[in-house]
Amino acid sequence: MSGHDDHPDVILCAGGPMLLRGDHVIEDADGTQHRTVRPISAVCRCGKSASQPWCDGTHKLIPKQRRP
Amino acid sequence: MLTPKGRGTLSETAFQAMRSSSPVWRDVLRTLPDDDDDLHITLWALHELHYRGFEDVDDALEWQPELIELRRSLEHSFEQTLRDRAPETWPDDPDFAETFFTFVADHDGPSLAGHVQRDADHEQVLELLRMRSIYHLKESDPTAWVVPRLPVRAKAALMELQFDEYGCGDPNRLHAALFARGMDECGLRPEYGAYIDDVPLEVLEENNAMSLFGLNRRLRGASLGHLAAFEVTSSIPSRRIAQGLTRLGLPAAMVEYYTEHVEADAVHEQLAVRTICGSLLDDEPQLRDDMFFGAFTCLDLEDRFARRMLEAWAA
Ligand code: FES
Repeated sequence: MSGHDDHPDVILCAGGPMLLRGDHVIEDADGTQHRTVRPISAVCRCGKSASQPWCDGTHKLIPKQRRP
Repeated sequence: MLTPKGRGTLSETAFQAMRSSSPVWRDVLRTLPDDDDDLHITLWALHELHYRGFEDVDDALEWQPELIELRRSLEHSFEQTLRDRAPETWPDDPDFAETFFTFVADHDGPSLAGHVQRDADHEQVLELLRMRSIYHLKESDPTAWVVPRLPVRAKAALMELQFDEYGCGDPNRLHAALFARGMDECGLRPEYGAYIDDVPLEVLEENNAMSLFGLNRRLRGASLGHLAAFEVTSSIPSRRIAQGLTRLGLPAAMVEYYTEHVEADAVHEQLAVRTICGSLLDDEPQLRDDMFFGAFTCLDLEDRFARRMLEAWAA
């Protein structure tokens, strides 16, 4: 197995966010662009974060069946 | 920082010997702690010799055999207490990440963050910040001891998280420095350890547990389990605290410390559980129970602290 397979750039967390390694610009549904500010960022997939487009942990408050 | 005030016979004898030019170590080793406060302030100071030390103590005493002997005996007694408080068995579902998140979510305890968000007054918040400063001004340092003790994947993963904690190379973004700036703007003392004489037993126990786990290689699983539980219980409470500080009109720098932790720790909780603890367990599966022990200890000590403060405030 190559080292690459162990170290993905994008990780989909079950029931939670998408982790993104590296520097990216994300465009949200309104067309606003957000640049990542840390080495790894968590992008919200549940739609409930108050810090869109970033995850703020809110996904943990929704019932398990309704998480991403 | 100077040595703290003694809280009983052992700490007074030990601190006096540490400051003395001709210490009588025999007297220190013969003394037993009067109570838990006495034990924990002594242990906190012995641990501190491995961090930044004290202006009134010779740096060479970090490895003084009698002080190491004393540290080991106090750590032994504290570890026993922590293990006695913990459940005897841990969840053993094969999906570690899912099991760990559920374990933390199912733990029910009093919430300081909820009180700060809605009801706390200005004085109570400043008191809380003084208590928190003991750890936040050395944030992440106890976990840094673990780095050289890990196999490759867990080591790289822990450094990925720690790099962010330490500001990604920018001293202005180092979390401990953000907290110090917030303290300063609140009119509180930003120096490392400034409020050690004011903190109750529960704060000493929280800090000593992190140092105990970090400084003993055999407890690396507990250290990283503690880290993971800490991160998993950080984002949402940090937002509540930030809202409470804003409600009370506290300075922006302190609010920013907490808002920074909302998004940072939403990332860190995933890293801590999945890439750090998860990969370590692939390599060293025997550490699983200690990971849960560390996580439980983190949650339980925070409950004890929260109960103490809420009782004192009659909240
Ligand atoms: S995925 Fe975490 S808040 Fe939406």
